[in-house]
Amino acid sequence: MTGLPGSADLGSPAGRYRMLRLIRGFEELALGLVKSGEITGGIHPYIGQEAVAVGVCAALRPQDRITSTHRGHGHVLAKGADPSRLLAELLGRTGGLNRGRGGSMHAADFSLGILGANGMVGAGGAIAVGAAWSARQAGEDRVAVAFFGDGALNQGVLLESFNLAAMWRLPVLFVCENNGYATTLPAATAVAGSATGRAAAFGIPAVEVDGMDAEAVRAAAAEAVARSAAGGGPGFLECRTYRFEGHHTMERLMKLRYRTPEEVADWRGLDPLPRAAALLPPGLAERLDASVAQQLAAARQFALDSELPSVEGALDHLYADGLRPRAGSGA
Amino acid sequence: MRLSYTKALNRALTDALAEDPAVCVFGEDIGAGMAGPTLNLLDRFGPGRIVDTPLSEQAFTSMAIGAALTGRRPVIEFQIPSLLFLVFEQLVNQAHKFSLMTGGQANVPLTCLVPGSGSRDGWAGQHSDHPYSLFAHAGMKTVVPATPTDAYGLLRSAIADPDPVVVFAPAGALPVRETVTWELSPIPLGSARIHREGADVTVVAVGHLVHDALAVAEELAPEVSVEVFDPRTLYPFDWTALAASLERTGRLVVVDDSNRSCGIGGEIVATAAEELRLIAPPRRITRPDGAVLPFAPALDRALQPNRDQLRDAVRAVMKHRPTSSREDRGR
Repeated sequence: MTGLPGSADLGSPAGRYRMLRLIRGFEELALGLVKSGEITGGIHPYIGQEAVAVGVCAALRPQDRITSTHRGHGHVLAKGADPSRLLAELLGRTGGLNRGRGGSMHAADFSLGILGANGMVGAGGAIAVGAAWSARQAGEDRVAVAFFGDGALNQGVLLESFNLAAMWRLPVLFVCENNGYATTLPAATAVAGSATGRAAAFGIPAVEVDGMDAEAVRAAAAEAVARSAAGGGPGFLECRTYRFEGHHTMERLMKLRYRTPEEVADWRGLDPLPRAAALLPPGLAERLDASVAQQLAAARQFALDSELPSVEGALDHLYADGLRPRAGSGA
Repeated sequence: MRLSYTKALNRALTDALAEDPAVCVFGEDIGAGMAGPTLNLLDRFGPGRIVDTPLSEQAFTSMAIGAALTGRRPVIEFQIPSLLFLVFEQLVNQAHKFSLMTGGQANVPLTCLVPGSGSRDGWAGQHSDHPYSLFAHAGMKTVVPATPTDAYGLLRSAIADPDPVVVFAPAGALPVRETVTWELSPIPLGSARIHREGADVTVVAVGHLVHDALAVAEELAPEVSVEVFDPRTLYPFDWTALAASLERTGRLVVVDDSNRSCGIGGEIVATAAEELRLIAPPRRITRPDGAVLPFAPALDRALQPNRDQLRDAVRAVMKHRPTSSREDRGR
């Protein structure tokens, strides 16, 4: 496999295609493990939206930071996290990114600037603003990216964070992944005005981009990141995208009808993977697919082999200073 | 040196800022130093570290968390105790949970300072709460200093602590002044202070109520020997010190400015009943269940613990003589 881009190398169309495939394959693998009961609690699959994570993270430098969402596997992988350790986290194993303490909705790798997926809609926005402020205070050249969905556009704290970032010209990129639905609620019935209009109202340059095209997302993100890093203040991307699966794996059992099969099929026709593959020389996509399949097979093995945590340590890491809380039995 | 409580907080912030460049302060009207503790900080440390925030409590609290996750050591001043309700999500659901959820990758060295907690006489329903029990319940380190020396020492330790800490400076304690002849220094969290030794009854008094307890102890000295026990930190609570005190006295009265149900007073009494030495049923003096402080001064005062109630409770636990088991069964 010499000559192929590495797992986290997003510098070329081939590398970006490989990451799209890695995220897709990872989610398919995770879906299987949810179905077999090995992953408890389910996941929020990112399938369909891969071009957003890959395009944005391709525009970032290693020192840049991200905050993510409940639908975070794609962001975490595209920022460079080890798929083996992410999968182990989903399985609640000690070899997981968070030692099995976070699971799907809290996966983090601080060594890579991944400040965590987050279970509360919109919560990552102002945390990213704080990370950007912190970097400026420390005199470091780092941009912070906040990923969030269209649902978060109605969270007051996110709108407050737009104001703080704009007032203080902080190096933040707000990335709205508009997949059309806040769980089951269509964005068209929930968001007055427009996403970009909301950012623009705070004086934040806001761009709408085809979120099914990793190259288009990368180009828009690169421009915003460069401007932010140069002191130009925050940027905002609205990436129009779609999740091919349900909001959460539980939805597979519930047979909800809030999207028509035609609508889902139309968006599947815009699948970001074939579009990215079309940019590659003949045969390369297949070789990259094989490389990803191999990597994911190894990840699966690693994750399933990783140890389950011992119950005695259930409250390990609750306090950074090692304070031990009283047990529920009073002991 | 004559030291006021507010000046002690100001000294603690000044010394912490001077010692550690990672320390910074966020809050409303802190540039002008409106509440007192931040007076002159802006002039000395500049707007890069003393950040006057717009009225966006949720966003600037999240932002401070983002800053704390990336190497800063922020202090937030909240002008009104009830603002803590507004940022309960940020403090309890984010700041407190990051360390465990990330498997120890991250910690949040954030200090929340509430100068003027509890009733300020005439500020009515939405400015008079004293929600320290909520934070102790959630497991956040919670500090309620009663004196200027303790306010200085505990705030210094809170800022140096690797975990989030909420520091309540009760409005009722702000007028307290001390003649300080000793060197001010950090006081470890989780260590109680016996203000007055006694042999008959332990009065556990929280915050400003320490001064009421001392007055009642003095007044009752001819008839009963009262030990005045100031936990100083409500979480983690110094159970070892309380156990030692009850070994001496065997009788317990708690005076606590929380609403009665699920207040810290209930926890202290319950733990004493389960695990510590008691020779008489304990008593607690609290606000009533579900109290909302009414505006009219007499009504505001009527719902807060007072010296008459404390005096009665001390006398009541003294009247109790341990009954024989036969009499108990007869009831």
